[in-house]
Amino acid sequence: MSGQIVIVGAGQAGVQAVQSLRSEGFSGAITMIGDEAYPPYQRPPLSKAYLLGTFARERLFLKPAAFYREAGCDLILNARVDKIDRAAKTVSLQDGRTLAYDKLLLATGTRVRRLACPGAGLPGVQYLRDIADVDGLQDGFKSGIRLAIVGGGYIGLEVAAVGAKRGLDVTVFEAADRLMARAVSQPVSDFYAAEHTRSGVKLNLNTGVESFEGNNKIEAVVAGGTAHPADMVLVGIGVVPNDMLARESGLPCQDGIIVDRNAMTSDPSIFAAGDCTRHHGREGIEIRLECVQNAIDQAKHAALAMVGRAKIYSEVPWFWSDQYDLKLQIAGLARPPDRLVLRGDPASRKFAVFHLRDGVVAAVEAINAAPEYLTGRKLIADGAKVPPEKLADLSIPMKQMAQD
Amino acid sequence: MPKITFIQPDGAEQTVEVVAGWSVMEGAVRSLVPGIDADCGGACACATCHVYVDPAWLAALPAKSEMEETMLDFAQTAAPNSRLSCQLRVTSDLDGLIVRVPIAQH
Repeated sequence: MSGQIVIVGAGQAGVQAVQSLRSEGFSGAITMIGDEAYPPYQRPPLSKAYLLGTFARERLFLKPAAFYREAGCDLILNARVDKIDRAAKTVSLQDGRTLAYDKLLLATGTRVRRLACPGAGLPGVQYLRDIADVDGLQDGFKSGIRLAIVGGGYIGLEVAAVGAKRGLDVTVFEAADRLMARAVSQPVSDFYAAEHTRSGVKLNLNTGVESFEGNNKIEAVVAGGTAHPADMVLVGIGVVPNDMLARESGLPCQDGIIVDRNAMTSDPSIFAAGDCTRHHGREGIEIRLECVQNAIDQAKHAALAMVGRAKIYSEVPWFWSDQYDLKLQIAGLARPPDRLVLRGDPASRKFAVFHLRDGVVAAVEAINAAPEYLTGRKLIADGAKVPPEKLADLSIPMKQMAQD
Repeated sequence: MPKITFIQPDGAEQTVEVVAGWSVMEGAVRSLVPGIDADCGGACACATCHVYVDPAWLAALPAKSEMEETMLDFAQTAAPNSRLSCQLRVTSDLDGLIVRVPIAQH
């Protein structure tokens, strides 16, 4: 199959689409446009090993330059797409260029949600999304520095863990009553709160930030009515999808570009994949996923659909987070009021929480517990029913869970 | 730089140079060795960088972590000489290492 495919966005989903299009035999031209200075790179290490300084920048790149050359992918960096002309099937770049497409893939990702409170623009109030953000953070990452983190989600807590390890004086402010409330269950939140506290991180739950104070640079975070001195602030309060381009071209969007289960938008020539999309998940509920798994799998499905071999996207989502020596691995999507089943003792720093919905395994959160995670993922994919007392019984190996 | 040889299921061989300190997986990705997906980028979270280590080299490798061991235990095509290539750090001691790529990672 030939033609011209244009990919807007040079991240994990974009690069996967290039790879899948070629492995599916697409022989036409591929152009990928990214608005950063760098070719596609991994974001997960940014808040972990890269921030810690144990992972050289070169290792972040998803593919070597030879990949794009051999795949015949024209990679345009430092460029921004301004407009999609759906009638003419062209995209216009800010620099005046116009590119024609037969099929278009939007893999535009997300941008950080910004705080709008007083003082939010002070130097020293930082965000973490790209390489440049982390390079900026690292400059001030010195022992003894008072680092205030706004938001107790994945990003905030991964940075807190790195900060604690590097000897910074770390304080976290979280508006909700527990950590990672959007992503994990109560027992896992509680476990991580104890771990961070043990490492010297000060946690302030139920504490929204009201303002920032300082003369030309951050000096204090005002939260819960108190001014907390700080030398540096990292805000990690989530991301918003980059769906403006799609929206302005008239494609239906609602907190994300709406796609079907073949990653197709309402325009049969336009597809979208990754964090920027909203789709009907495998459970039939509309979701917008922010994870590597979705970027990879949805891009694979977009590529299949673009070459005329559409296949329904129904992979089980999976996520991970590294904090200290703890590996948190999650599969499936929790949905209250799932029945929670604890397997193992959190005090052993190795346990899992299974989520049962009508008796069926719907999600698993595993902490340093690979068998629980891997078997859990399979049980979820199979829609398996496992009695809760069996799941909780450590004398029964995970491999035997699927058997009756 | 240490050299690592990857052998595909069809017998095709590719010898690549890997920066010392990087993982065998990173060396493969860097040199476009087919069959090493490495979806998670080396976080020991996905088990899609599985390789079979040439038996002559097994003793030269550091022991598996418990995480790697269990990830492999659940890989469909794992054998006693299986390793996750993201967990194998390349040093001069591994110059000449030979690994085989499985038919599929998923």
